[in-house]
Amino acid sequence: MAEQYIYAVARIRSRELSLLNEAVISQLCAAATEEDCLRILNEKNWGNPDLSSEEMFQEENKKTWALIRELVPDKMEIFDVFRLEKDYHNLKAAIKESCIGGIHPGIFAQGGTIPAADIQKAVAESDYEALPKTMRQVAQEAKETLLQTRDGQLCDIIIDRAAMEQIRLAGEKTREPLLKDYGELVCATGDIKIAVRAAKTGKDKQFLDKALAPCSTLDVAALSQAASAGMEAVIAYLDHTVYADAIEELSQSVASFERWCDNRMIRTIKPQIHNPFGIGPIAAYILARDNEIKTVRIILAAKRNSLPEEMLRERVREMYV
Amino acid sequence: MSIGLVFALAGAALAAATSGMGSAYGVGVAGQAAAGACTDNPDLFSKTLILQLLPGTQGIYGLLIAFICLSQIGIMGGGADTAMSLGTGLLYFAACLPVIIVEPISAMHQGRTSVACIAMVSKKEETFGKSMIFPAMVETYAILALLISILAIFGVSGLAA
Repeated sequence: MAEQYIYAVARIRSRELSLLNEAVISQLCAAATEEDCLRILNEKNWGNPDLSSEEMFQEENKKTWALIRELVPDKMEIFDVFRLEKDYHNLKAAIKESCIGGIHPGIFAQGGTIPAADIQKAVAESDYEALPKTMRQVAQEAKETLLQTRDGQLCDIIIDRAAMEQIRLAGEKTREPLLKDYGELVCATGDIKIAVRAAKTGKDKQFLDKALAPCSTLDVAALSQAASAGMEAVIAYLDHTVYADAIEELSQSVASFERWCDNRMIRTIKPQIHNPFGIGPIAAYILARDNEIKTVRIILAAKRNSLPEEMLRERVREMYV
Repeated sequence: MSIGLVFALAGAALAAATSGMGSAYGVGVAGQAAAGACTDNPDLFSKTLILQLLPGTQGIYGLLIAFICLSQIGIMGGGADTAMSLGTGLLYFAACLPVIIVEPISAMHQGRTSVACIAMVSKKEETFGKSMIFPAMVETYAILALLISILAIFGVSGLAA
């Protein structure tokens, strides 16, 4: 019998009570200033008056992972699918830092599957054997490309493609439908964003073939062909895929499309609220917390920049609870 | 010792064993969920304890059938029929079958239903009354099996006499 994580799911059920719901998000949107928002968040046990908003987000992220580590200490590798993105971000940062020179500690993200310092050291010393097997070749290729061409975008697409591929594969490896869907969605929406940006900036097919990562819900060869032909061709291609309902958002802006992606993920995980067994509710909680942090970050940034409330409401994500 | 008595005894033993196994699973999974719910909210202890105990009844039903069967065949209380025919022994065994089969399955399902209901109570404490109904529905079939086994054992005793 597959492991049912009964204790862990029961703990998650209790913690779901303290997730920010639509009513709290609405209250935050209606708050007059960033300080008012922080006061409301403090009441919900988010951060404290001494922390900056960025420190508060880091604190909340740490709280989530501390709980997950406590609940499933021997199964943390299942959740690598959520942490790989940070590894590849750190790889990108380390390569750029190594090519530019100097030390820039603020550019690294915490919470990946391997410490950022290890990636930084391996890249600086070109000791690729110190990196995980799946990362060695891409690290070497990206660093050499950046050193030879000084083209940061080329370096980025090599790493981004590898990240999308590895996230999708990590999701598939878990054999957990929710995590598999997550990996696939990350990869497919990543491809769509690249295709849209490439179409808008007139990139050629060669660039697209290098940048797009294969996935099962998109034919990347067809997407590449469409993107090299222009935005209309991309829209026409997507109309025949499972991402057809994102076309309206794509026509508006990449930010609208990103919101659509986040909302789609929340709708995918919502049935887990009623699932008392399995890893699904735990994975859904991690995604719900990420979504919360992302939404609160958007609201605080909007308040800081005095964005009108109507505009802000158009940008906030759907919530899990 | 007759082979008939062996079958009758096997029926009683299996009734207690399989029901106990089912209840152990049911109470175990519900206990894990109850522990999870109480970690963050210890006030839920009494409510979740009741939900945890519900799948334990099948084990008691199995024990009851084992007692009745052992008492009817004389293993308990003395005077066992060592010359019991194979037919009579098999009849006792068959009489125990509803409990042997139904109780463990119902206990496991009741346990899983209790887990779901503990999640419901941990989210909305006021739903405790309603949450008791769902696992209690599973109990119906455990009681029906118990009833048939009791009637069958007494019926077989009447035939044997």
